[in-house]
Amino acid sequence: MSASLETTLDEGGADTSGPRRALAHLALVTLGPILAALVLSGLVLLALGVDPFAYYGYVAQRGLFSWLGLQQTLTRMAPLLCLAAALIVAFRAGIWNLGIDGQFLLGAVTSAALAPFLITVLPAGAVLLVAAAGAALVGALWSLLPALLRAYQQVNEIITTLMMTFLGVSFANLLVKLVFLDPGTTVPQTRTLPVADRLPTLFGTTISGGLVLGLVAVVVVHLVMTRTAFGLKLRTVGESPLAARHAGLDVPLLTVAVFAISAGFAGLAGGIEILGVHGNLQAGWNPAYGLAVIPLVFLARFNGFAAIVFVFFYSALMIGGESAARRIGVPHYFTLVLVANLLILLALAEYLDHRRRRAG
Amino acid sequence: MVAAPSVPLGTMQAAATPARPVPATSPVVELLGVTKRFPGVLAVDHVDLALLPGEVHALLGENGAGKSTLVAMLSGLVEPDAGRIRVAGEERRIASPRAALQQGISTVFQHVMLVPTLTVLENLVLGMSWWRRPDRAELEQRLAGIRSAFGIALDLDQTTGELSLGEQQQIEIVRALLRRSRVLILDEATSMLTPQGADELGALMRRLVKSGLAVVFITHKLDEACRFGDRITVLRLGRKVGELAPEGLAAMDQAAAVEEVVGLMFGDRSIAEARAPRLRKAEGSPVLSVRGLTVTGATRLARADDVSFELRPGEILGIAGIDGNGQKQLAEALAGQRTAAAGSIVLDGRDITRAGVAERRRLGLRYLTDDRIGEGAVGGFPVATNAVLKEIGAPPFWSGGPFLLGGIERPGRIAAHARELIDRYDVRTPDEATPIGRLSGGNIQKVLLARELSGDARVVVFNKPTHGLDVQNIMASRNRIAAIADAGLAVLLISTDLEELLDVADRIAVMAAGRLTGIVANDEGARARIGALMIGRAA
Repeated sequence: MSASLETTLDEGGADTSGPRRALAHLALVTLGPILAALVLSGLVLLALGVDPFAYYGYVAQRGLFSWLGLQQTLTRMAPLLCLAAALIVAFRAGIWNLGIDGQFLLGAVTSAALAPFLITVLPAGAVLLVAAAGAALVGALWSLLPALLRAYQQVNEIITTLMMTFLGVSFANLLVKLVFLDPGTTVPQTRTLPVADRLPTLFGTTISGGLVLGLVAVVVVHLVMTRTAFGLKLRTVGESPLAARHAGLDVPLLTVAVFAISAGFAGLAGGIEILGVHGNLQAGWNPAYGLAVIPLVFLARFNGFAAIVFVFFYSALMIGGESAARRIGVPHYFTLVLVANLLILLALAEYLDHRRRRAG
Repeated sequence: MVAAPSVPLGTMQAAATPARPVPATSPVVELLGVTKRFPGVLAVDHVDLALLPGEVHALLGENGAGKSTLVAMLSGLVEPDAGRIRVAGEERRIASPRAALQQGISTVFQHVMLVPTLTVLENLVLGMSWWRRPDRAELEQRLAGIRSAFGIALDLDQTTGELSLGEQQQIEIVRALLRRSRVLILDEATSMLTPQGADELGALMRRLVKSGLAVVFITHKLDEACRFGDRITVLRLGRKVGELAPEGLAAMDQAAAVEEVVGLMFGDRSIAEARAPRLRKAEGSPVLSVRGLTVTGATRLARADDVSFELRPGEILGIAGIDGNGQKQLAEALAGQRTAAAGSIVLDGRDITRAGVAERRRLGLRYLTDDRIGEGAVGGFPVATNAVLKEIGAPPFWSGGPFLLGGIERPGRIAAHARELIDRYDVRTPDEATPIGRLSGGNIQKVLLARELSGDARVVVFNKPTHGLDVQNIMASRNRIAAIADAGLAVLLISTDLEELLDVADRIAVMAAGRLTGIVANDEGARARIGALMIGRAA
């Protein structure tokens, strides 16, 4: 499909200047699979007996075009953007940190444990700062074992970070139930940070201030990776550890640094979600945002600005999907079905594009 | 790795004779002007090869001479970029291992390709029709034929992994015979055998060719090629530098044959003659002194052991020796990529034994690696970035220093620097933003050389600088190395190409098993003395 569209473009477009063509091509291999995924998921909806147009319309209306929904969408973006920042650092440096969900949750526990306790002794601003920093630190610590194993023993971090996620999720649960349990409620959860002391909202809306943090995180990470000496060092290690060693870089140290930064952002994402939205952590809560952000970051080809756009649309999809689950009865897991379809079609488009280039 | 074609057992015939006997004069397989490039390296350069039935054709050459690439072409693992392949007189493509087997070309690879947990029988029938049970009785009958013709006896029920490597190799040869192969390629087949086992293999090869098979025997060992080969083709740096036909070989005794082959392996005069002699000689006190340098490595050979030498400004010291005798370890220890277990390195009177890569570079010690694309450069990065890869964060290419994450990149400065180097070193590239992996080996080499020489260089260590380059670039590289020394820099030139060392070096040391076995001045008679050192007759 991608190839035939491309031909039409080539024949129809009078302007064939280089950069513009390249941009059009990029848009095609990115937007093509998105449209195809919407169509394919629509067919799934049809099979379930749901009118796809009604579903998509409702999702768009609730996630994008209603003021309340848009505010929720923008608020949801905050942790997703932090996670995107975490992944961009790691992936650009050739480290496949797939443990962000565990790091996220432990960061969340840290904030949920610290903030309600500290608020009794410190001013609100300082509490938020300390709780967020604590979340980042604990997230980073949770990646220390995979980092050391990778840096000094060349143990594949995909396996170790995934395993640390299973441990992290269970450990977070354990901490909530045994250590930080709020004695005042019957539901197993931590004590709650009063709404007034949470992250400030933006300009009188309900949008969490975490959004600003998330945006800054992604943009800073993008600029650091592409424009600074430190970023180039990390990318060199990612592209070729052998060349990095030859160039005199301390490969193990840089590897550990990548893990710490990446997992730190993941922990921060958890902290922001607690400090900005929930105020406490319920036992068993695990939104598994990481699973969704990984494909988005790939879709954005590790580009921070593109990641912001994709995260925005995905947030809208999540918020709309959650509403639709209540109204139309399509489970909110359907959002994941959509993302799965998107991934498969994206890979297919890459493959076709690669073959076409080799042939032509 | 090798996908065997599904040949039903029933269609197999006695192995002693190939399916279609070809007249002894016409080749079974012919390679005509085949060429293969890999990123950064010209692996095989216009090679012609004719494989005749009834002949053991020895392919001789050092590591990187192009032997493995030729084997890969014949066995369908890679396809040539240019040139033709003829099988039994007809032009063919060998696009896959399956295609190679179907054309009757079997390969016994250096590392055994059998499933160790399966029995011999199971390994033999692997890749045949999976939809029916192997006919054991028929197989045994055919094996009896093979035993009487070639003297290979196999116990079908033994577990393959429990057999010796020599026996496992025999299984692979039998498998090739069962497939009714016309060409049998033995890739470094003696490398894992005892001397006795090698002799037995030689005798087996003799019996195999008597039955009309064409055997290709790949080796880097000179004496084996002369002892077992009916015809010897010598490869060097991807080119075929000579061929000794059976008539010629038969007329010589073994010593004469060895001498002839040595001449072919090391004597590429066409390159050496065009260069003007060097003017300047070493002067002053040593700029680099290495004392008792010892580096541990993975194997007994791959290490540096008590290496000592001195290097003066304007001098080229050559390190000769067979590849893999600690040259790389020595180079990396000098560059700071490996820590020395013992000994000292002194640069300009300053002990740098414990200094890191970056500090040694700053002090003027530069290292040009032999692994251009894997280690020297990041293939996906632009030429401009690769040109400053060893100076990440340094002014004027980055500004702001350590407080801004090592500095903010200044793309304009980096690009301008790259354009200047491209101009000065005549790098053929579309522009400085082109990924370096797209350039040819010679041009990548120029970029790396430009990078090593930029700034205040004092000592340059070259590791196999002309390896994998074409003739013009070899010539140009040698001229540049000579010019570098003429400009007053000290050069350590590690090379497996003796002719290259005799061409440009002032003194030549021989390295074997991690030790420098001697250093000789490069004058009349140096060739003979180095030859003696290489074989180990002199200390």
